[in-house]
Amino acid sequence: MAAQENALNDPIIICEDLHKWFDDFHVLKGITTSFQKGERAVICGPSGSGKSTFIRTLNRLEEHQRGTIIIDGVELTDDLRNINLIRQEVGMVFQQFNLFPHLTNLENITLGPIRVRKMAKSEAEAVALSLLERVDIADQAYKYPAEISGGQQQRVAIARALAMEPKIMLFDEPTSALDPEMISEVLDVMRELAHSGMTMLVVTHEMGFAREVADRIMFFDEGVVIEEAPPADFFDNPQHERTKLFISQTLQH
Amino acid sequence: MEDQELTQEIKPPVSTKGPGRWLKENLFNTWYNTLLTCLALVFLFFAFKGFLTWAFTEAEWDVIPANFRLFMVGSYPKEQIWRVWNAIYILSVLMGLSAGLWGGLIFRFAVALSGVWFISALLPVELSTRGWCLGAIAMIAVSFFLGRGRTGLRPWILGGWILSFPVIMVVLRGFGENGVLTSNWGGLLLTLILAVVGIVVSFPLGVFLALCRQSNLPAIRWVSTTYIETVRGVPLITILFMGNVLIPIFMPGLDINQVLRMMIGITFFSAAYMAENVRGGLQGVPSGQHEAAQAVGLNYAQTTLFIVLPQALRSVIPAIVGQFIALFKDTSLVSIIGLIDLLGVAKSVIANPDWLGLQAEVYLFAAVIYFVFCYAMSYASQDIETDLGVGKH
Repeated sequence: MAAQENALNDPIIICEDLHKWFDDFHVLKGITTSFQKGERAVICGPSGSGKSTFIRTLNRLEEHQRGTIIIDGVELTDDLRNINLIRQEVGMVFQQFNLFPHLTNLENITLGPIRVRKMAKSEAEAVALSLLERVDIADQAYKYPAEISGGQQQRVAIARALAMEPKIMLFDEPTSALDPEMISEVLDVMRELAHSGMTMLVVTHEMGFAREVADRIMFFDEGVVIEEAPPADFFDNPQHERTKLFISQTLQH
Repeated sequence: MEDQELTQEIKPPVSTKGPGRWLKENLFNTWYNTLLTCLALVFLFFAFKGFLTWAFTEAEWDVIPANFRLFMVGSYPKEQIWRVWNAIYILSVLMGLSAGLWGGLIFRFAVALSGVWFISALLPVELSTRGWCLGAIAMIAVSFFLGRGRTGLRPWILGGWILSFPVIMVVLRGFGENGVLTSNWGGLLLTLILAVVGIVVSFPLGVFLALCRQSNLPAIRWVSTTYIETVRGVPLITILFMGNVLIPIFMPGLDINQVLRMMIGITFFSAAYMAENVRGGLQGVPSGQHEAAQAVGLNYAQTTLFIVLPQALRSVIPAIVGQFIALFKDTSLVSIIGLIDLLGVAKSVIANPDWLGLQAEVYLFAAVIYFVFCYAMSYASQDIETDLGVGKH
């Protein structure tokens, strides 16, 4: 917690009045927030609330149409150089893993370092192998994604993002496409990552994980943040009716 | 003990397969199927009897060996034939090296080709030809052993294949009056040159057009779409006629020979179809792949080259090879504007008073040659598909 307080006035992500439309549909209605270095934020809310869209705007997979996003001092604009700069600093893990099926697990991880960071192949492979070790699947390095389980694929995807040495990690429902017995192996890796001090924004329905790991929980509904609070306050003392309903529904099972 | 019983393995039911069983189950399982089978057998018997009787008693196969040189190289002068063999030797060396380096498909092709040369050497041909044939086998064999295991050579050999392309053209053409004018190129040689140039150039061009058609920039998309739709809306024969007549008008002063004009026509025509095949593959790559590539920081060119194209092309190999095969057969249309390709030779042989009335023999021979090459492409495509399919999707 001490490290957290030191970094309190050092936001790495700043969002000002963020708006996004899909055609006429207003998905994000003015999000203003900031995230500190090393902060672990969990973003939850009903489907269609804009939570995924929000984190996808942070590395420009979705374009925002109004407001500003500043990541580590660089503003996200149409400028391709800025976009590429920011994408190198922001790692992302997807619900459907999105591993490259024609490359081995190792090649999935080394592609970015070799092509984007211009790292030597041997060095990139050493880094990749140590990352696979870290997510506990070093023995699957030379297999193809289709040959391993969903939980293993998601861990490769995490290693792929980490290989770029990002300052921020975005998780877009990382366990939603997994069979129940595989969820914990992915959450374990994320927990370890959180303890290492990584700045993490996690969209998830895993409330146990949120309560345990998060510094802050943000509740999205209909394109706005209705409530944000540390997990203890959020779960035990929710302020809004909508939040109370959501919590009672998600904690029922 | 109980555990063991619970987990004991149960063997799959015994399958009763065998030729006799198969016949009974598929051809003689009901009375009307038995009747159909018998009728089909009677029909096949008479059809084959007719064909075999003709092939072994009536047909005059002399026409093939007597005109063999024409079929292979057209009116390519005999005293310059070493040029063709040199070209073959360049390819033999590359093939042998590749067979040693990669094995698999290319090894099997090298063996098959050596077999063809060996059989040719056994046939009653001129002594010099026999020597050239055996030399080709030696080239393949020696370079095979040279290339074996030296994986470091791989990039050099790939470069060699690309470089062999212009080198062979120069070897076949020679320089000025001492060389062989392209108007003398003919027979199977011309067919192969047109097909290989068409395939090798139209493939990257087609990929490029397909990418342009998917571009975010309207001008590029519009130009590409217009090109593709225009070319697809015109028969190849028209394009060949236009190439023959219009290229000299549009580029006066430039001496573009007829063979080159046909190459351009065939390539541009094929590229449009290739583009549509590739576009099908591009659309099949899930958007998540683009997103993941972008999230890793790859730019557009890197995403296309390393992520999108490998997946897109793999899924449309059958369609692409189908287009290659179609292109190979379409080269026969150049005989209409006066080039003497394999089919052109066939026509001129039939028109020769010495060989009147031998259409069946000559066309059958040409058909067999076309089939061999087309089947080789089809075989290669299946092999590559199996190769790429293993555990990868």
